[in-house]
Amino acid sequence: MKDHFSDRKYIIMAMIVLPVIFFIVRLFILQVMDPSYKLSASSNVLRNVTQYPSRGLIYDRNGKLLVYNQPVYDLMVIPGQLAPFDTTEFCSILGITREYVDNELQKAREYSRFRSSVFLKQISSLTYAVLQEKLFKFPGFYVQPRTLRKYPKDIASHVLGYVGEVDRRIIQENPGYAMGDYLGITGVEKTYEEELRGEKGVNIFLVDVHNRIMGSYQDGKFDVPATVGNDINLSIDAVTQEYGEKLMRNKIGSIVAIEPATGEILSLVSAPSYDPELLVGRPRTGNFRQLSADTLNPLFNRALMAHYPAGSAFKVINGLIALQEGIINEHTNYTCPGHYTVGRLTVRCRHHIAPVALPAAIQYSCNTYFCTIFRDMLDHPKYGSVTGGFNVWADHIRSFGLGERLNADFTNELRGNVPVAGYYDRFYGENRWRSLQLVSLAIGQGELSVTPIQMANMTAAIANRGSYITPHILKNVENTDANPVSRTKHETTIDSVWFEPVIEGMYRVVNGPDGGTARLAEVPGLEICGKTGTAENPHGDDHSVFIAFAPREDPQIAISVYVENAGFGSAMAAPIASLIIEKYLTGSVSRKWLEDHILAADFINREIAETDEQEN
Amino acid sequence: MSRKINLWSNLDWLTVMVYLMFLIIGWVSIYSSVYDDAHQSIFDTSRRYGKQLIWIIAALFIAAAVLMTDNKLFLFFSYFFYAFTIILLIAVLFFGTEVNASKSWFHFGGIQIQPAEFAKLATALALAQYLSTTKLKLHDRRALLSLALIIFFPVILILLQPDVGSSLVFFSFILVLYREGLSGYWILFFMLLGVLSVLALIINEINMLALLLLSSFAAIVFILRNFKVITKGTLIFIGVSASVMGIYRLFSPQTLLEVQLILTSVTASLVVLIISYLSRIKHVPIVLGFLIAAIIYTYSVDFVFDNMLMPHQKSRINIVLGFDDDPMGQSYNINQSKIAIGSGGLTGKGFLQGTQTKFNFVPEQSTDFIFCTIGEEWGFAGSSLLLALFVFFLMRLIYLAERQRSPFARIFGYCTIAVFFTHLVVNIGMTIGVVPVIGIPLPFISYGGSSMWAFTLMLFIFLRFDAGRMEFLR
Repeated sequence: MKDHFSDRKYIIMAMIVLPVIFFIVRLFILQVMDPSYKLSASSNVLRNVTQYPSRGLIYDRNGKLLVYNQPVYDLMVIPGQLAPFDTTEFCSILGITREYVDNELQKAREYSRFRSSVFLKQISSLTYAVLQEKLFKFPGFYVQPRTLRKYPKDIASHVLGYVGEVDRRIIQENPGYAMGDYLGITGVEKTYEEELRGEKGVNIFLVDVHNRIMGSYQDGKFDVPATVGNDINLSIDAVTQEYGEKLMRNKIGSIVAIEPATGEILSLVSAPSYDPELLVGRPRTGNFRQLSADTLNPLFNRALMAHYPAGSAFKVINGLIALQEGIINEHTNYTCPGHYTVGRLTVRCRHHIAPVALPAAIQYSCNTYFCTIFRDMLDHPKYGSVTGGFNVWADHIRSFGLGERLNADFTNELRGNVPVAGYYDRFYGENRWRSLQLVSLAIGQGELSVTPIQMANMTAAIANRGSYITPHILKNVENTDANPVSRTKHETTIDSVWFEPVIEGMYRVVNGPDGGTARLAEVPGLEICGKTGTAENPHGDDHSVFIAFAPREDPQIAISVYVENAGFGSAMAAPIASLIIEKYLTGSVSRKWLEDHILAADFINREIAETDEQEN
Repeated sequence: MSRKINLWSNLDWLTVMVYLMFLIIGWVSIYSSVYDDAHQSIFDTSRRYGKQLIWIIAALFIAAAVLMTDNKLFLFFSYFFYAFTIILLIAVLFFGTEVNASKSWFHFGGIQIQPAEFAKLATALALAQYLSTTKLKLHDRRALLSLALIIFFPVILILLQPDVGSSLVFFSFILVLYREGLSGYWILFFMLLGVLSVLALIINEINMLALLLLSSFAAIVFILRNFKVITKGTLIFIGVSASVMGIYRLFSPQTLLEVQLILTSVTASLVVLIISYLSRIKHVPIVLGFLIAAIIYTYSVDFVFDNMLMPHQKSRINIVLGFDDDPMGQSYNINQSKIAIGSGGLTGKGFLQGTQTKFNFVPEQSTDFIFCTIGEEWGFAGSSLLLALFVFFLMRLIYLAERQRSPFARIFGYCTIAVFFTHLVVNIGMTIGVVPVIGIPLPFISYGGSSMWAFTLMLFIFLRFDAGRMEFLR
């Protein structure tokens, strides 16, 4: 076959050669002429230095600093750039052993020859000052500035929570994090992680053979500066918080104080506590293990997570329900023979003036009165059955935020327990249970359990005469208009008119001229209204409980105090609540003797002493 | 016996040497790009460089086996081989393993086979067979249609995977058709299509329309140089446009302005085209026909780009056209690749001294971006030398193709050249940022058995033909 087109091979050749020439010119520009890609021969490299943002600071409601940052330095290594160096000098500057150096370098090499690994974490600024001078002798090493949390005062550790390094699981769930990043693990640090975190940045540097930074790459065109995290203001009052923690020393329990009008948490104490500095930086792992092993469980946030019986403090709610349901009015009298007896069941009561109406029944914490009205309600024919009456009762209870998470801005809040009819159905059989079997609920015992924050919130709802705002720890985030907390207002099922007799009773508990269960808590002029409780504890001595708010009109503070194994509510919890209210409202404490008495009380070492005795 | 000795001495050893050089350069570059201290031996088969050695040895066996066979085999079985590959391409759509959202691979134990790689070879054989045995003329419409079918049937199947990169390679067979007598206008036509596509994406629709109208007007003025006729035509054009626009304004004013303008100018051009055709005015109908086709084509490019491409494909095209510049996003790959190559300088950083191509700085560093390692470690000197070697290789193949006496061998040779050339241009163009990121390997250099075996088969089938070129004389 004759080939007419053989000359076309020249055109095809040209079509092949031309693009390749174009490529070679392009390569010449890229590799030889363009300075932006030119890094002189040897082993010059770009180094990406992550710019870690410092976390936002945390302040209390009055702008007092609670958490700030201290600079530390991570020593990084790039194994591919290492050169022989004076190990002895290196070790003595850093205070590490030769084995440590060998181990870490081995690990770093296994990870990558060309990417940086952390060689030594969190070097103090002092060590860094020495190291910085001599870093040029150790090619392949460089430092990366980091920040750690620092606490001006050893308070509010449960509220603040702690910060730790991300692990693999977190990185998988949230690709925004990378190995070596920090994040809040508990408390406010966790809830407001996004606000506090800030944004990472990166600086790209040119580095010469001597490991010296020669300048930024392309004049910082690709650099991204780190953005500092937002500062936040908590609703905590540092003074009250500190004072509460001081009073709870050597005790187990919790104090929660709330500003009723706003739902802002003024103080949240869980005792025993721990020093927040223990969970910062390198010693954290060891300290954490030690704290977890502590039998008193200092890491456990009792204010949010401990389930306690409500105790007699609960009588105020039962009184409100009876009023609302029309079972009694404020003048309804019952007599009290000193005990409440039906068949074989006897609930004992203290001796007091009788007969009593509701305010006095609260004032003297009369068991007979509350057992009677509770059963009267459950047995009332208008509900059709005990189950019907019980369901109405339980709905009222839940409207005070009990039995459910309050959804305060904490992540580890527990629900407490308000029993449901189904529970008794399972236990006794459907419709086989009577009001008598439930009578311990009348005085805050039985199947009901609450957390201290729920009790404080319930008290706030009483102080507000029938409504509460979801309690929260955050006041505001600096530099943003965004409001990350829910400030929902919840109405209870009790009409505001029914609160006066109950509050009158609570007022008399503290201020009653003819005696009340917590006369010790009286502070003239503050009009503290409260209710004592003694939560029966099957495992040991009863817990001392007190709820209170003050002043009676326009309340500024609502509080719940639980002291484990401290006996009567009037003994420990009431004076503590009274001292805190006084401190918060007046700024000082007038009853030094009472304060000393509380400070001297010790329910931890006493127990240990008792145990020792038993063992001996 | 004599035939074998004949073969041994007739084999083009120069090409074989260059081939071996490519294999070694590839192997060493892969070693360097995934090098790590813990596995220093280049023979360590748990690493890519060790595996590449296995692929290389297998490829050499394949090459030897091809040289041993009778070259008539490929002639006889070319259609059969083509049909078999088509079946594979269909099968992979159903039974393939999905990698990066495309079904392109068969997995048999540890070995992965990509049928698209072998489809290039099969199509080349079928094309050579069809072109050489039929006494056809390349401007014959039916012949063109059959050729288009042979080429584009696998393209459509590969696009279904979807693997845009591999399917683009098939367009290079137009080069072969050109060599065999296809009108040069086809090449110009495809180039024009390319330019129009790029312009359509860069320039917005209205400006593009204006540009097309103005250039056609200029062309008509240049051709006619008769102002009376031009003025008449222009008046007709404006008149029709105005009335069409008026109809739009009246009946569907909510239609997009671009759509209105496009339809208006197409209608007006069509009217003027018909009038000029009826008035026997030369050339003007052709120019207007082109204008209409171009308008429709540009609009459809935009339509395809906006509605049919996947986001990653769009962004790759945008990067090359210079729209997106986001160093941590899609252009990250190209940027890292350019930094790596650029940091090589004149003479490079030296073997194993590259830092940018190690680990994750450059993605796919041992496969599609292997040229980065070469650019970084051997610098401008090394990379341009490699390009020169490729040019030499292709020129040598052209020389070999041209000395064939059988058209089949020549056509197949040109197919081989076209495939290698496309891979070279697209792959290198991608690493230096002048072509969108299309994942196709650099022949013989990139990591991977499937592509290396397919390329080896192609090259050695051609070399076998070349070695036996005298046989056809007898």
